[in-house]
Amino acid sequence: MATTQSAPTIPTAAPVPQITAREVARAPKGWLAWLTTTDHKKIGIMYLVLSFAFFVIGGVEALLMRLQLAQADNTLLDPQTYNALFTMHGTTMIFLFVVPMMAGFGNYFIPLMIGARDMAFPRINALSFWFFVAGGAVFYGSLLFSPPECGWTCYAPLSENAYSPTGGVDAWIYLIHLTGISSLLGAINFYVTIANMRAPGMGWGRMPLFVWSILTYSILLILALPVIAGAVTLLLTDRHFGTHFYDATNGGSPLLWQHLFWFFGHPEVYIMVLPAFGIVSEVLPVFARKPIFGYKAIAAATVGIAFLGLLVWAHHMFSTPSPTYVLTAFMLGSFLIAVPTGVKIFNWVATLWRGTIEFKTPIYFVCGFLATFLLGGITGIFLAVFPIDWQLTDTYFVVAHLHYVLMGGAVFGIFAGIYYWFPKMTGRMLSEGLGRTSFWLMLVGFWTTFLIQHSAGLSGMPRRVYEYPDVGHLELYNLISTIGSFILALGILATIVNVAVSLKKGAVAGPDPWRGNTLEWFTQSPPPVNNFDVVPRVRSVEPMKDIRRQIDRQARSSATREPVGAPTAGA
Amino acid sequence: MPAALRVHVRPQHARRAAALGILAAGGVLLPAGSAFAGVFAPEAGGSPNADDIRELYWFVFALGAVIFFAVTGLLLYSMLKFKAKKGAVAAQIHGNTRLEVGWTIGAALILVVISVVTFLKLGAIQDPPRSGADGIPVTKDGTFVAAGSRQRLPDDGKSLNIEVNGQQYLWRYTYPDGDANSLNNVFAYEEMVVPTNTTVTLEIRAQDVAHSWWIPKLGGKFDAIPGSTNFTWFKATKEGVFTGQCAELCGRNHANMTARVRAVSPPAFEAWYAQQKADIEASEQAAGDKRAEQIAAAQTAAGSTVTANAESETETP
Repeated sequence: MATTQSAPTIPTAAPVPQITAREVARAPKGWLAWLTTTDHKKIGIMYLVLSFAFFVIGGVEALLMRLQLAQADNTLLDPQTYNALFTMHGTTMIFLFVVPMMAGFGNYFIPLMIGARDMAFPRINALSFWFFVAGGAVFYGSLLFSPPECGWTCYAPLSENAYSPTGGVDAWIYLIHLTGISSLLGAINFYVTIANMRAPGMGWGRMPLFVWSILTYSILLILALPVIAGAVTLLLTDRHFGTHFYDATNGGSPLLWQHLFWFFGHPEVYIMVLPAFGIVSEVLPVFARKPIFGYKAIAAATVGIAFLGLLVWAHHMFSTPSPTYVLTAFMLGSFLIAVPTGVKIFNWVATLWRGTIEFKTPIYFVCGFLATFLLGGITGIFLAVFPIDWQLTDTYFVVAHLHYVLMGGAVFGIFAGIYYWFPKMTGRMLSEGLGRTSFWLMLVGFWTTFLIQHSAGLSGMPRRVYEYPDVGHLELYNLISTIGSFILALGILATIVNVAVSLKKGAVAGPDPWRGNTLEWFTQSPPPVNNFDVVPRVRSVEPMKDIRRQIDRQARSSATREPVGAPTAGA
Repeated sequence: MPAALRVHVRPQHARRAAALGILAAGGVLLPAGSAFAGVFAPEAGGSPNADDIRELYWFVFALGAVIFFAVTGLLLYSMLKFKAKKGAVAAQIHGNTRLEVGWTIGAALILVVISVVTFLKLGAIQDPPRSGADGIPVTKDGTFVAAGSRQRLPDDGKSLNIEVNGQQYLWRYTYPDGDANSLNNVFAYEEMVVPTNTTVTLEIRAQDVAHSWWIPKLGGKFDAIPGSTNFTWFKATKEGVFTGQCAELCGRNHANMTARVRAVSPPAFEAWYAQQKADIEASEQAAGDKRAEQIAAAQTAAGSTVTANAESETETP
């Protein structure tokens, strides 16, 4: 008792945990600072930059495929290269871009949004990132020998040793394992951080919706990843150690692979889009200057989608030999998921209603997201009706649908996030002009590329074919799609240029350029290492609005009292 | 709360107007259904199951179009109408329970309707009908009766059953003739010959990796998966060639694993089948003769070798 140090008085209503530094090691500088960091912000930026690099690589792979398909019976690429390209493209976009990109946003913004000074386990956080790097390196290392050719789904028996004897499939298996460990560690870290480290007053009902979405993303990862890890391990032992889990000639079952894969694969879709929903739910109220419409409904819908998302995997398998009652059950389950998804879309549109919308680049991307994702959701209903799915599955209709959902859902959400949070991460604004150019090119490019692909599929063009005969209008459809893909690529390029230019030359952002609602806008841009000197008490879903209101009130009444919870730095 | 309610009356009007517009457009589109096959709807016109799938598709399409244009219309209207202007103040509405419960139930109801219509249509799509009067006469104990116990058959139990076998990178068709000998069955690669107006049931299997049987105008896809048997049916309503291809990635040459169904008149089919059967019998006969000849020749040769051996044995003890 006698040795108690007098804790520094902090102007918050509740005490916050104190750390007493005994020795200050000199922080490493330069590249070593990045290599050895455990700071959630630096790790977040590394995640974002590396994932985006993979996005560019996956995009180039897509453009090569579109060039091959621009003409009927084209001979630009041979079938082996083409099959490798769509395998690399799908795997890259899912495991090396969207999921880690969301981990990047989560890493950077979860602690800031909940008023924490770092993630719960900073070193595990760094480990998680480096596992992701290892996964990417192993997978792209297969370029040096022979990349996998079995598609991102790697269906057995095609992926078995007898039909894919090269090491490409093994590289794919190790990618699943390494990025899986990465995501699993990250997910546990997010869960613990969100459950334990929220600012005083931030109950579950006052958590920002992005935090809700990352919490749900984490739970889904924790539930789904062990299944795919087990599935690919069985494939690995089939390939090299003489087991026959997926080998029908020795009592195994190729259908088992499909069930295990999609038990993971369908939740994976929600793992990719739910965080984008979270970004949309953050951006909309800020720029509409209006609270989010139906906060509780959106949070509940997020959890509901995740729960139902675990129960609908076999809708990817409607054409397999399965009993009608199984098909029916999975059809109805898939219908159920449309309800919370529809609720979210209605809530988002209602958030714009009677707002005063300030049209900055992030809200453009959000509106693009709404229209695009909506169509992806509606074509999802077509595919959920299993007799209709019999005609549509494994055709370009599905390719179009999944890009409307993942590109329209996840990627437009990610771009909204980039434009919304870039000022916080760098202290500088992105150019509005280039941002809008990028948005319009991406929107027009996307719809040109993928809308017509529905028709290609309806005309009988299966997916994953390296060439097609010019029957009907197939060549025209494909040419339109290829032209669109290059417009889309230009749009993405515009954002890359925007980031490169604005890093040095962008307008200085200040701590809160958008008049945001959540706590990340309470600190400097970019935030200091400890994020907050002072963590305010949270009284609503929109703590920054409360703080601004309080400051206004105090300024008006010219109170002599020191403002409670006012920004202490860079305000 | 009343203020919030008041504003939400208008979008419903807008939505209703948009919905009517779409329905009108749909009314124009629907009769022209077949003209839009391959652009807005799946292919059909070769078999009743494909036609029924397309009808179901058009129903979902119409509903989907109404929802899409209504919601995007509302979105665009909100974006234009509520753009920030000088002096405008955003309404601080946090939600509206009655409205939210309303659209949740509304969305659920739409899905109930789709489910009901699907179940109404399902029988026609899944259950094979009887062959037409002018189809080939399939007898209960005769040549073309489907034998699969798990298989859906016409209610008279009669169909022309064909085994489809997917292999890298072609399709093999076998026409079981009902007897125990499976080696004398008629078979074909890539092109399947069937009679019109006759219900054809398929047993689909794979030999190596997974494939998927798909002739768009004759119905949906059915995966051929090693270790399992999948079933479907079609009933060609007119003569002609219906093309399709493997729809499940099966390796490097997946793009060229094509399939054709040639529907011919029942007499032409019977003639084709009889010819194939006769050819097989003739070749079996020829092979049998050849074998007998070879055996006889071998025996003669063996006889002389035995004597030769006996001689050599005596020479070198």
